[in-house]
Amino acid sequence: MALTKRIIPCIDVDLDEDGNPAVYTGVHFEDLEYTGDPVEMAKAYNESGADEFVFLDITASAEGRETMLDVVRDVADEVFIPLTVGGGIRTTEDIKETLRAGADKVSITTGALERPELVNEGAKAFGSQCIVISVDARRRFDEQGEHYVEVDGESCWFECTKKGGREGTGIDVVEWAAEAESRGAGELFVNSIDKDGTKDGYDLPLTKAVSETVDTPVIASSGCGGPEDMYDVFTEADADAGLAASIFHFGEYSIEETKEYLDERGVPVRL
Amino acid sequence: MSSVSSAADQSLASVVVVDYGLGNLRSVTRGLERAGADVTITDDPDAFAEADGVVLPGVGAFREGVENAAPIRDHLLEVAERDQPLFGICLGMQMLLTSSEEGETDGESAVEGLDLVPGTNVRFSDGQKVPHMGWNELDVQRDHPLVEGVDGQYAYFVHSYYAVPDDEFATVASTDYECEFPSIVADDAGNVFGTQFHPEKSGETGLQILRNFVEICADA
Repeated sequence: MALTKRIIPCIDVDLDEDGNPAVYTGVHFEDLEYTGDPVEMAKAYNESGADEFVFLDITASAEGRETMLDVVRDVADEVFIPLTVGGGIRTTEDIKETLRAGADKVSITTGALERPELVNEGAKAFGSQCIVISVDARRRFDEQGEHYVEVDGESCWFECTKKGGREGTGIDVVEWAAEAESRGAGELFVNSIDKDGTKDGYDLPLTKAVSETVDTPVIASSGCGGPEDMYDVFTEADADAGLAASIFHFGEYSIEETKEYLDERGVPVRL
Repeated sequence: MSSVSSAADQSLASVVVVDYGLGNLRSVTRGLERAGADVTITDDPDAFAEADGVVLPGVGAFREGVENAAPIRDHLLEVAERDQPLFGICLGMQMLLTSSEEGETDGESAVEGLDLVPGTNVRFSDGQKVPHMGWNELDVQRDHPLVEGVDGQYAYFVHSYYAVPDDEFATVASTDYECEFPSIVADDAGNVFGTQFHPEKSGETGLQILRNFVEICADA
C-alpha cells in the first residue's frame, strides 16, 4: 500500500445574527446559507472517516477572528485528525495564534499574495508542513497570462484573485504556485472561482497545471458534485487530496461511500 | 472542579510532555489525556524522574530541535538509563537517533542526536513529493507493546526525512512511500521508542498507540 488520497471536508465559518459561530456554504463564494454548528459538524466528520478538516473563517472581522480561535480550540480538543484553518491570516503573529489554538496548518491566500515574504517567515518560524498556500483561481482567456492550457478548445490561463474572487491580481496561478513552493509552502490549496458551488466537477486543467509544476502536495477544491469527481481529480489531475463542502454537509454522499467508490476503482484511500 | 478530580482519579499513569520550545503541545496533551494519562507539560528534569513516562514531541528541523533540547539532553539520557519509557514523536523520534542529513546544512557542523537508537535520518530522494504528507499504512515488523492492535492500520505523517537505524532490529513497523522506511523504531531494551507519524493526529489508530503507551508507562 502507499500514501492514500485524502478526502477533506471544508467548513466555512461565519457568525450568525447573535454572534455565534455557524457553518455556511455558498455558491460562487456568495449567497451564503446556514448549515450548522462547526464543532458538532467536525465531530460528526471525524467519526465518519474524514482524513482532515479545513476551516475557513469568512467573518473577516476582529470579533470573528477571536470567535474562530475559540472554535479551533473546541475542535482541536475533540477531534484527533489534522486541522487546517484559513481566513484573514496576514502576519506571522496570526499564524502563531492560529497554531497555538490547535490548528496543525494555516491556509493563507491574500496575505501571501500581498506580501510573499510571509511564506518564508512562516516556514522558517513554524516549518513548511504547516504553511498551506491557497489560491482562488479564475480562468482568463486573454493574452496576459504566462501558462496557457487548452480548455474546451480555447486557450486559457488562471489568475489569482483576492477577496473571494471579487478582485483580480494579474498574477498567474502556476507562476505563483512555483514561487510559493520555493519560498517554503508545504502544500497548495487550489480553489476555482469558476467551479465553486457548481457541483459539475473540479477544475481539472487548473489542478493538473499546478500539480505538474510543484512537488508539494496539491489539494483540489471547488466543484465537487460526487465521488466520480473525486475520482477524476485524483486520476486525471494528480491531486493529493480532494476537498468538498456541500455534498457532505447536506448528506448527499457520505465520506465512507465516497471512499468505497474510490477504493473499488483502485484509488488508495484510508478505509 | 469535580470533573477534573475524577479524571485524575481515573488516570492510569503520569506522563511528562517535554516542552523545549518547539511545536504545539496541545494536541498531544489532549490525546494522551484521552488515552488515560495524567499529563504535565514541562522542561523541569525533576519532573522527568518522577513521571511514569516521558514524551519528546517535536515539529521542525533536526538542528533546531537538538539545539533547543541541549539544556535537558543529559536528563533525557538519564530517563533512558533509568528504564523509564521515553516516547519520541516525529522530530522527537528522529532526535533519538545519532545524526541527520538535515543537521548538516548551511556549512555548519553536524549536530548529534541522543544516540539512543544508533543511526541517521536521511531525506527522501527525488521523485517523491516531499514532505510525505498524509495517511499511510503501518506494517508491523516485530513485537512491541506500542504496536498492539495497529498492524495494517493508517497513521498521519508529515515529514521530509526518515530514520535509518544501524540495526535492523530497531525497526518495529515500516511504511511504504516509494521506499520502505521505518515508521516506528525502538531500542534493544524496549523502553526507548518513537513514531515518525503523529499518533495525536491519527484518529482511532493513533489513540490506540497512545493507550498502548500509557499502559507501558503504567506497567513500568
